This record gives sequence, structure tokens and C-alpha cells, in this order.
Amino acid sequence: MNAQAHILSAVTTKFGRRDNATTLALLAEAANDCLALAGVERRDIDGVLCGYATTFPHLMLATLLSEKLGLNPAYAHGMQLGGATGAAMVMLARELILSGRCKQILVVAGENRLSGQSTDSSMQTLAQVGDAAMEVPCGASVPTYYALLASEYMHRTGLTKADLAEFAVLMRRHACTHPHAHLQNAITVDDVLQSKPISSPLQLLDCCPISDGACAILVGARPGPVAIIGAGQAHQHQHLSRLSDLYDTGAAAAAARALAEARISRNDIDYLGIYDSFTITLAILLEELGFAQRGQAANAVRQGRYSRDGPLPLNTHGGLLSFGHSGVAGGMAHIAEAWAQLAGQAKARQIAEKKRAFIHADGGVLSSHISLILSATGDTA
Amino acid sequence: MNTKRNLMLKRCGRCGNTWSLRPFACAACGSMQLHDLQSNGVGTVRACSVVTRAPDARWRALAPYTVVLVALQEGPTVMGQADADVAIGDLVVGSRHALSTTDYIRFGRHQPNEQPES
Repeated sequence: MNAQAHILSAVTTKFGRRDNATTLALLAEAANDCLALAGVERRDIDGVLCGYATTFPHLMLATLLSEKLGLNPAYAHGMQLGGATGAAMVMLARELILSGRCKQILVVAGENRLSGQSTDSSMQTLAQVGDAAMEVPCGASVPTYYALLASEYMHRTGLTKADLAEFAVLMRRHACTHPHAHLQNAITVDDVLQSKPISSPLQLLDCCPISDGACAILVGARPGPVAIIGAGQAHQHQHLSRLSDLYDTGAAAAAARALAEARISRNDIDYLGIYDSFTITLAILLEELGFAQRGQAANAVRQGRYSRDGPLPLNTHGGLLSFGHSGVAGGMAHIAEAWAQLAGQAKARQIAEKKRAFIHADGGVLSSHISLILSATGDTA
Repeated sequence: MNTKRNLMLKRCGRCGNTWSLRPFACAACGSMQLHDLQSNGVGTVRACSVVTRAPDARWRALAPYTVVLVALQEGPTVMGQADADVAIGDLVVGSRHALSTTDYIRFGRHQPNEQPES
């Protein structure tokens, strides 16, 4: 048994188009950088958790990667939980540390999702989170599932397209500070509103890009700069057709479990890493999680609440919307950035000292929810 | 018009809750005694999106098209396509629509004096 699990190091590769980089090469790049940053020996890694890759659907990615990296873990497997996979793997790594099963676990994910397949192929693969008999045959895809959520949420709260655009602009502004971000050209609310229509009410810039990239996080029993002090999950539905109340997707249930375990309240949180596959995802999650009033998250953006110098900085790397989305690694990047900010390792983009980060990821169509609570320990990385 | 198949729901023989997407157990009471229930296809539009960026070449040829979530009068919500003039809150009626190898529900506005198929 171990009393606490810590994140010892966390890194991302450059996200974006990485021509000629295979999925395995991206995974290895992130893993090697992560081990080097923590200064650990390979023989001391006794656990490996690896996220799935749509461009490389291998049956045993964790052990394949272990062989390629010269690792000899006592515990290893892959995981598939859509966009929630990264946060779920970090939660599991913590459980494995707390139980005493492992001492040092490499959590890693990545893929060449952009250069390894066509956009159509990516859209068709992702669309399968919908029901194969009743939803996919309607000509729907993930952007349409979230567009449907957006239409209902806007109808119910009064949220507008200009409100949604604020999230895209904020994420782009944050991405401009990170050298690994996929998209860095500045954009305005008008640019978002004038971008190509995808599935109404969502325009192109309401949607995250498809990126190549990888992320690795080392979770261990020994002291480190950031402790994982709470975690919670909720899985209330798989399909959008079965989401009966848009104000109760499961996000709040996961958050309540994590906060109860950490024995803190929302008021103790001073950094947010929230899943942002689409602008509407951020609006719904921030509001259900209780970090904004219903229909008010966009106004909070305008008031600077989630800016780098605001009281509750959000996704200071630029999120999926601008840092990029390379599948599981895209969702893990929120955790890597929270670690860097809490550990004082964010270099030129370091914000004012922060103590407690709330991380939330969703998989499917707001189907699977994972909340994590990270706490700065004061130890150096 | 044929409203069968896609509009077939499952009704719990114990608690009476009705479900779409053909579950194997009732999510309310856990009973596995689920019986087929033919929906009359009438419901209210909950969500509506006009798809411009279609997922493949076949759908691209038909874009833009409208996808909706409809709360059926029997309780469950289902996804379907719809006529371009429908909006959230509209009363609609759906029927099975086949396109080469796939089929889906297609909804249009429902006139209350129109007799729904049974």
C-alpha cells in the first residue's frame, strides 16, 4: 500500500502534422522524453498503460511499446474509453500505486491521426460511438452528435453562436503561448462565425482539428511536485438518443465523487483542464461541473475568468480546439499542462502559482466522464 | 408508408418503462422481460442540425440534410433525418426510409388532425 500517488513528469510531443512519424515513433518520443524529464531508470518502470490508436489498432499496444522501449513491466495493458481514456488511465495508475501493485507507471498515448489516414476515414471511425443501427445510418458523425447537443442546449439556455465562438478564441489565444500547439494563428469571434459550416450550429472553428502527436505521464509512489488527491467516474449512457436530461450527463456525478475523495470544494480549485472537443463541450461541461452558472460560461470567458491571468485559468496549452486532438493523447495533454503549471515547469508560459487543478474528460457523446484533482505539493520536479 | 422496424421500441413488462436502441435489460428496474412496442412515430423535435460536412462520399452527394432527435410520444428519444422545415419544438411524425443498404427514420411535420399510422 502507498499513501499517495504523484505525477513525477508529464510531456507532449509537438502536435500538428508530423509527416513520416509513425504511431509507434510518436509514442516512443513522448515516453522517452517523459522518462528523461523524471530522471528514472527504465528498469524502475513496473507498470505501463497505453491508450488505443485509431490508425494503429494493435491488440497489445502496451506490451508492443514496452518491447520497443526496452521496458519490462510487471503490469501492462491498453485501454479504450474514447476521449476519457487518458484521464481514466491516470486514475487507474493512481489506483495501482495506492493498492501497492506498482511503484512507477508509464501512462502513454499517441497516434498519427492526421497524417496516417484521410479525414473521411477518421470521421467514420469516430462516428461508431453512435448506435450502428439507429444513429450512424442517419448520416451522422461526431460533429453532428455534438451539433445536436448544441442545438438543444442553446434552445434551453439561450446560449448563442457568438457565445460559443468565445471558447474557440480563448483556446487559440492560449495555444499561441505553447511551442507544441497545432494551431497558433490568432482568430476572432467573427472568424469563427464566418468559418465553414460543418453541422449547424457548429462551424469549422467550433470543432477541434485532427492532429498527430503523443503524450506521456509518469505516475509514481515516491514524492513528486504534483499529487493526485481525488478521482471519480460516471457512465450514465453510451448513445446520444439515451441521454434523457442534457443538464445531467454524468459530468457532475464524476466531479462530486472526485471532490468528495479529495475532501475539497470547487472554491479550492484554481486551475481547470476541461475536455474541449467542440466549443459546446466546454460550455456544457463548465456549467454542469459547477464552475459557471447555466448559460453563463461564455460571459465568464468575456470577463477574463478563464484567461491565463484570470482567477481560474482554463486549458493554458490551448486545449483540443487549438493545441490539437491526436486521440487519447489530446485528452491527456490537459493533464500534462496542469502538471507543468502546478510544478512550475511551464517555462515561458508559466502562469502565477497555482495549488489545485480540476481535470475533466469525456468520451463518446458526453457518455463517459472522468474527473481528477491534482494538488501541488511544493516539491520540485 | 412502412413505420415498422426502426420504430420498434422495447417496453418493460414489469415497470412499464419504454426504451429505444433495443436494450437487453430495463435501465429503470433491471427486468429482462422486455416486449416489442410499435411506436406510432409521433413526437416532438428535441434537437436539430443541418449537416453540411458529411462523413462519406455517399452522404456528401445528399448534403445538406437535416438530422434530428425526436422525443416520441411513447417516451424514448430516437435519432432520424427530417424535412428541412422542421425546428425544435415541432410536432413531427416519422416513417422508415431506405437508402441502398441502410435505413433510418425520416420525420416530417405532423398535422394533429392527420391520423398517425398504427
